[in-house]
Amino acid sequence: MEHNIYLYIIVMAGVTYLIRMLPLALSKKEITNIYIKSFLYYVPYACLAAMTFPAILHSTASMYSAIAGLVAAVIAAYKGKSLLTVALIACVAVFIVERILPLFP
Amino acid sequence: MKTKNYQNGLRDGIAVALGYFAVSFTFGMASAADGLSIFQAVLVSLTNVTSAGQFSGLAIIAAGGTYIEIALTQLVINLRYCLMSFSLAQKLNRNAPHWHRYLMAYSVTDEIFALDASLDSPLSPAYHYGITSVAVPGWVLGTLAGAVSGNILPTFVISALGVAIYGMFLAIIIPPARKNRTVLLVVLSAMGLSFLFSVLPLLQKVTSGFVIIITTVAVAGVAAWLRPIEDENVKNEGD
Repeated sequence: MEHNIYLYIIVMAGVTYLIRMLPLALSKKEITNIYIKSFLYYVPYACLAAMTFPAILHSTASMYSAIAGLVAAVIAAYKGKSLLTVALIACVAVFIVERILPLFP
Repeated sequence: MKTKNYQNGLRDGIAVALGYFAVSFTFGMASAADGLSIFQAVLVSLTNVTSAGQFSGLAIIAAGGTYIEIALTQLVINLRYCLMSFSLAQKLNRNAPHWHRYLMAYSVTDEIFALDASLDSPLSPAYHYGITSVAVPGWVLGTLAGAVSGNILPTFVISALGVAIYGMFLAIIIPPARKNRTVLLVVLSAMGLSFLFSVLPLLQKVTSGFVIIITTVAVAGVAAWLRPIEDENVKNEGD
């Protein structure tokens, strides 16, 4: 079935806006349920981790360069580099490995 | 006073705008690679203003997923904004007219929330609008530049840039995982679970959007049940 890209965009934008707007518009009190607070606290980490691995392995032209990018990013992030720096270091690692790979038949 | 708050917002928003430009540049290129027109890519950025949500949405559009799938993915991935909006609702100046809440909601992002939350005084809507006035143009122009160059840059550059967004995700999750053992376990479990979905024969049939939803809800749910956070953790969660 062929989907309409503009409908996709409207659905994305609508859901995202409602998530942001409803708590602001409706809440006068802070959430006190510790379970809900904890769940919302862990969500971004679980979500970003699930999106990163294993998808990162297929994000470049070869899995070897992707692994190089992954390792470089983990080290840079562990050292507390900024978002932009970590992203660039990963890109450079991928670029270098993809230049070296053809030399090993 | 309002003008002063707005100007402070503009000033603090410049760093956010620069960071956004770099990230949304990648989004623009990825959009071009996945067959979106330049106009469509810019429209997504202008109406969504969220990196993880847009990238996952793009993946579902590229895979021809269903509307339900894209709606649920946005719901789960962007659920964290719910917490931020609750928090901003607390911090907002009590005298600010109610309609501001509908307008401010448009640009509740990780970075803008972090700046809003870092204020010592109650939040003035003007400050939030000041940041938004520079950050969102950065986001939209980055997308435009990325979408345009996505059609020009050679493939080896695109291949190297393909890893950028994941590098950014890792930069977000690793530093807190280093400090907090439960966050580390959450990160490793989520990676392990989504990896299982990609290799086990029956689970492989689940589409990528639902893998993210199932993994996120399962891992965050179990973590919240076994290791509920102390209140302090939430307050220290700045960016």
